[in-house]
Amino acid sequence: MASPQSAPLPDGLVAVVHKDCPTCVLVAPVLAAMAERVGITVVTQDDPDFPDFPQAAPWVVHDEDLAMSWHNRIETVPTLLRVDNGTETDRIVGWSRRQWEEFSGLDDLGGGLPDFRPGCGSLSVDPNLSDELAVRFSGSILKSRRIELASLEDDIEAMFDRGFTDGMPVVPPTEARVLRMLEGTSRAPDEIVAVVPPDLVECSVEKVAVNAVMAGCRPEYLPVVLTAVAAACTDEFNMHGLLATTMPVGPILIVNGPIRAELAMNSGANLLGQGNRANSTIGRALQLVVRNVGGGRPGGVDRATQGSPSKIGLCFAEDEEGSAFDTYAESRGFDRSASTVTLFPGEGPRLMFDQKSRSAESLTKHFAEMLRVNVSPRMVMQMETVIVMSPEHMARYRDAGWDRARFLAELEAQLMVAGDDIVAGADGIEEGMPTLVAGRQLPKFPPGGIHVVHGGSRAGLFSTTIAGWVTGATGSVTVTKEITR
Amino acid sequence: MTVVLDPTAELRPEKRERVVRPESLNGLTVGLLDISKPRGDIFLDRVQEKLTGFGAEVKRYKKPTFTKPAPVDLRHEIAVSCDAVIEALAD
Repeated sequence: MASPQSAPLPDGLVAVVHKDCPTCVLVAPVLAAMAERVGITVVTQDDPDFPDFPQAAPWVVHDEDLAMSWHNRIETVPTLLRVDNGTETDRIVGWSRRQWEEFSGLDDLGGGLPDFRPGCGSLSVDPNLSDELAVRFSGSILKSRRIELASLEDDIEAMFDRGFTDGMPVVPPTEARVLRMLEGTSRAPDEIVAVVPPDLVECSVEKVAVNAVMAGCRPEYLPVVLTAVAAACTDEFNMHGLLATTMPVGPILIVNGPIRAELAMNSGANLLGQGNRANSTIGRALQLVVRNVGGGRPGGVDRATQGSPSKIGLCFAEDEEGSAFDTYAESRGFDRSASTVTLFPGEGPRLMFDQKSRSAESLTKHFAEMLRVNVSPRMVMQMETVIVMSPEHMARYRDAGWDRARFLAELEAQLMVAGDDIVAGADGIEEGMPTLVAGRQLPKFPPGGIHVVHGGSRAGLFSTTIAGWVTGATGSVTVTKEITR
Repeated sequence: MTVVLDPTAELRPEKRERVVRPESLNGLTVGLLDISKPRGDIFLDRVQEKLTGFGAEVKRYKKPTFTKPAPVDLRHEIAVSCDAVIEALAD
C-alpha cells in the first residue's frame, strides 16, 4: 500500500502541480517568487517544462511515473507541503493567499491573483489511472499465483474452463479488483483467516478477497465474508461435515446489526430471494472459498445426493426495527449495536402458510404442526430450525404482548411428539426412531434449537422454516460471530 | 491479455505426474480406512479378505466419526506405514 518511504519528497517546501490544472497555472508566478525568496521544490506531474520560468529549473522534479504523488497520497493539485528530514510535517491544498502566506512565512504572495481558488484532482487519483497505479505500486503485496489468460480466451469462459466457478459466471479477479476489494478491510492481506476444509489449507485475507471479487461482492462486504469464513471453519460449525454429507444442506448466513443498513442488505420483501447484491453475493463468496481454497466440490468431498439452492449461498438480514421480539443477535448474546453474522447449517427454505389465525395461540399451534414435518415427522431432537417470521405473523405476537421467550415456550409445548407415533414400524412405515422412544413424549427440536428471525414484506401471511442438519458434537452447531472491519 | 489471481490454495502445480501403478499388490501394505459409518466394517472385512488373497498386507484404521476429517495423527500414521489406501466414502 501507499508509503511515503517508497518515494520520499525532498526536504523543505514542496509544491505538487500539473499543467493541466488552471489553479496550478494561476499560482506558477507565486511558485517562481517563492523559489527566489525561500527556495521550493516543484514536483510536476505531467509537463517537465512546467512551471516555465528559468530560475526555477533546478527546482523542478518531474514525477513522471507518479510514484512520488501516489506514495505521498497527493489527492489535489496544487498541494503545498513542508518536509523535514524526509517526513512530511504539514500540507495545504488549492490556492488561498492567506494560507500560503502563513505556510511559507512570506508576505505579499500572488499580487493580482484572486484570494482563493480550489485545486484540481491529482493525476495519481485520476479514475482512468488509479487502478493501473495501484497495481504498479502495491501489486507486490498480492502473493497469489498469477494466471495469464491467453489473448484469444474469453475471460469469463476461462474462469469456467479452470474450474473456478459454481456454475454461474464469476468476475475475473484481476490485481486491480483484488486491491480494491482489500480496501474493504483494515486487515493485512497475508493474515490467516481460517483453515478451510476439506483440504485443510490456511486461507489468507487475500484469498478471501479474490473469491469475494469473483462472487460479485463490493469491498464493503468483505468484512462480512471474512467473518463468515472464520465462522464456517470452526470445529463447532464443522464445514467439512456439512459439505460431505449426502443431505442437501449448506451454511445459511443471517446478518444482524448496523452493517445491514451500511451494505443496503435486504431484510424486507423477497429477503430470501434474488435481487439484492449483498444478499446474493456474500453467501456465494463463502461457498467459493470452500470450493476454491478448501477444495470442496460437488462430486468430490461434497457428496450431496440432491443438494439444494442453499448450497449456492443463502444470506439475508433480519428486520430488527419492525420486530416485536429482541433481535436474533441479542438472543445469541450480542449487543444490538454489534454487527454479527450467524451461520446456520440448513437446507432450502420452506413456506409456512397461515392466513386465518388471528390469535397468537392459533398461529403458534399451526406453526408447530408445520414444523413437526421438518426433515421427517419421525425425526426428533437431532436437527434445529430457523423460522423467518413475516411482519404480518409477527403482528399476532405484538398484539398478544408475547416476547421471544414466551413464543418459544408456547411453541415448544406444542412440539412434543408421541414416541409411539414415530417409532420405526409405526403405521406400517419402516423408517422411524428406535423402540426405546415408545411410550415417551419427545421434543421435536433439541433445547435452544429454534432460531427466530424477523423479515419479509409488510404484506403476506407467510413465514418460512429452514430445516437444519444434524446438530451437536458430531454435526454442526450454529455459530454467531461479531463482524470486525 | 488479462492476468487474474489464482483463487485456489495453489496446492496443485499446473501438471502433476501420477504415481506409477504397481504391477501387483503382492508384498505391498494396503491401509483400509473405516470412516465409522454403520456396517462399513462388514464391507471392509470382505475387502481385506480379497486383498490378502492378492498377497497384500492389510492394516486397518478408523476415523472417530464420519462427519469430521480424520485426525492429523491418523493421516500421518497411514501415510508413513502404507503403500496404498482404500477409503470408502458412501452410504
